[in-house]
Amino acid sequence: MSYTQLALLAVPIAILFDLFLTRRRMILRRAFWTSYAIILPFQLLTNWWLTSREIVMYRHPFIIGFRIASAPVEDLLFGFALILGVISLWIYWGSRGVQQERDQRPE
Amino acid sequence: MITFTVVGSFWLEIFLKVGVLRRARRVVLSILPVATIFIIWDLYAISRGHWHFDSKQIIGLLTPGGIPFEEILFFTVVPLAAIMTIEAVGVVKRKNPKWIFGDEK
Repeated sequence: MSYTQLALLAVPIAILFDLFLTRRRMILRRAFWTSYAIILPFQLLTNWWLTSREIVMYRHPFIIGFRIASAPVEDLLFGFALILGVISLWIYWGSRGVQQERDQRPE
Repeated sequence: MITFTVVGSFWLEIFLKVGVLRRARRVVLSILPVATIFIIWDLYAISRGHWHFDSKQIIGLLTPGGIPFEEILFFTVVPLAAIMTIEAVGVVKRKNPKWIFGDEK
């Protein structure tokens, strides 16, 4: 599979994980979208750094070729799936009572 | 780039007291399963040549399968920064009942 296909697959998998496995429904919450809005410009900046300096290079024909901030557009889908997955799981453990409080002492 | 992400997010730990690093167990339980899946993706992508790294701009430590050490750091630091971000949003907004995070008591 190409990066394009995998990235397009990762987003619905992350959404299904959030809705039906952790059942935290972060995708529907403004807390998630506010966080994502904060993270996105930083992702664009680090994407730009890593790709414009050719630290990471992508090969055709595995990418569709459309770039944002010098990085393949697929990176945004990849980043979205990663961030949604981690935040949904973090909130899940909190809801299960695992180190829920900010000021909790180490267990 | 890793340093930038650390500096850009870890100040939240100190100044907003998000207390993420103190909750190591929850951090590991949240990052490890997700990072594992993305590292498998990384292994596949490297093996198929979707992406590759400039050998002159990485320190050169590779895992079996050719993942640079920096890439493992990436899959630790980026999720940590994401958790710190939503916890920082929580510090500001959790008092407001309209903002539901999903892990309230």
